[in-house]
Amino acid sequence: MTNKKYDYLVKKHTPKEDKVKYALIAFLVGGLLGLLGETLIRVYIMLFDISRNDASTYMIVTFIFFASLFTALGFFDKWVSKAKAGLLIPITGFAHSMTSSALDYKNEGPIYGVGSNVFKLAGSVIFYGVVSAWFFGLVRYLWEVLV
Amino acid sequence: MILNFRNVYLDNASTVCGPYEAKGPLSKNFDKKYTDDLYCKERSFEKAEIRLLEDSIKILLKKTKLTPKDIDLVISGDLLNQITSSCYGALNLKSPFLGIYTACATSIEGMLIASTFIDSGKVNNALISCSSHNMSSEKQFRNPTEYGSPKPMTATFTATGGASVLLSNKPSKIRVVNGLIGTIVDYNQKDAFNMGAAMAGAAADTLYKYLSETNTKASDYDLILTGDLGKYGKEILKELMLSEYNIDLSKNYNDCGTMLYDLEKQKEVMAGGSGPVCSALVNYSTIIKGLMKNKYKKVLLIATGALFSPTMLFQKMNILSIANLICLEAI
Repeated sequence: MTNKKYDYLVKKHTPKEDKVKYALIAFLVGGLLGLLGETLIRVYIMLFDISRNDASTYMIVTFIFFASLFTALGFFDKWVSKAKAGLLIPITGFAHSMTSSALDYKNEGPIYGVGSNVFKLAGSVIFYGVVSAWFFGLVRYLWEVLV
Repeated sequence: MILNFRNVYLDNASTVCGPYEAKGPLSKNFDKKYTDDLYCKERSFEKAEIRLLEDSIKILLKKTKLTPKDIDLVISGDLLNQITSSCYGALNLKSPFLGIYTACATSIEGMLIASTFIDSGKVNNALISCSSHNMSSEKQFRNPTEYGSPKPMTATFTATGGASVLLSNKPSKIRVVNGLIGTIVDYNQKDAFNMGAAMAGAAADTLYKYLSETNTKASDYDLILTGDLGKYGKEILKELMLSEYNIDLSKNYNDCGTMLYDLEKQKEVMAGGSGPVCSALVNYSTIIKGLMKNKYKKVLLIATGALFSPTMLFQKMNILSIANLICLEAI
């Protein structure tokens, strides 16, 4: 049997994922999370009499805390897989990836376990974040110097 | 090449399962169940897997009324690096040990090796065991266990459990008739979330070779079972056999991956079970019982293994697969 014919068979018996539905779920959950974030910012501004910038930081810290806590309590992974990318793309996904990695390697100890594996998934995000920040910083610098 | 055995019998088998399998339709057939805890009273998932394998060996010894000293050879395999669960799990037996690996095709590979040893008169009996654990496999092959990323419908769910079987030259109700060692096949598959598609080709290859070399038809067997192709891989195999070799599997064929769980109610298992213990849990509990009670006369067990390595997949290599086959007969 040729690989081409085999591929045809595999394709025929692979169910179609409902991408529109998944995108809609992610849009709604992500949007609700955004709404919750905005509400939190306003509440923090009112409660603590702080600037919007500071309130945003507080909001992010709150989200990170709860995403990590819920991951540790063992039910956040089920929420994330149900919400498709809705909980994965915002800051909650980043916190979730770090906490879940840390939990997985706690038995291997603080150095070879948690320490070296906590960025197993988030490492790529940080690395490419830093690289692109450097690159765009350079572009901006050159733009200002040359133009 | 067909391996014919004249003097090999299946004495008894044991199965230990985790919480998800305990909720499945075959639950009542398992010897021991950890119904609520994936840690199985241990501190890590790897240690839990060792315990599952160890438990299955203990139960088998009890069932067969043998002591570790009576076991001539232990053959064991699992999914973890350096087949750790097998090594630690078999430690207390202090019997000659062979560690094996063909991913989810391990259980039948072990039975084929053991049967060859027994039939040649080198040993009188051999204990074959295997294990897998949903969480220890997730951790090694995919993402951290508590990380919840959406999975496609074709993804399979690694079964949690340990299973052992004792083959011997002492006549019993089940005879090991013959078997076929699979060859490694490559059908250009790269989707780690569609292992059924990678393995269906191997199952077809082995089954076709076996039927043509033994000059038998699929209808000569009461049941033909594949290991863990899942809901979609099963359909690929059926259509492949029919269109390529004109062999009809619509009547007496099933897949252990789809039998171990209730696919309608247990949505978390997606396309069905996988892992070395998936087929072993079904074969060693339900199928062996069926043979002992003469519900089946002759069955073909095909364990399918995706020889998947995340490293090689990231290096743009295909997922290879293999299928080992054994024929059991009730006497």
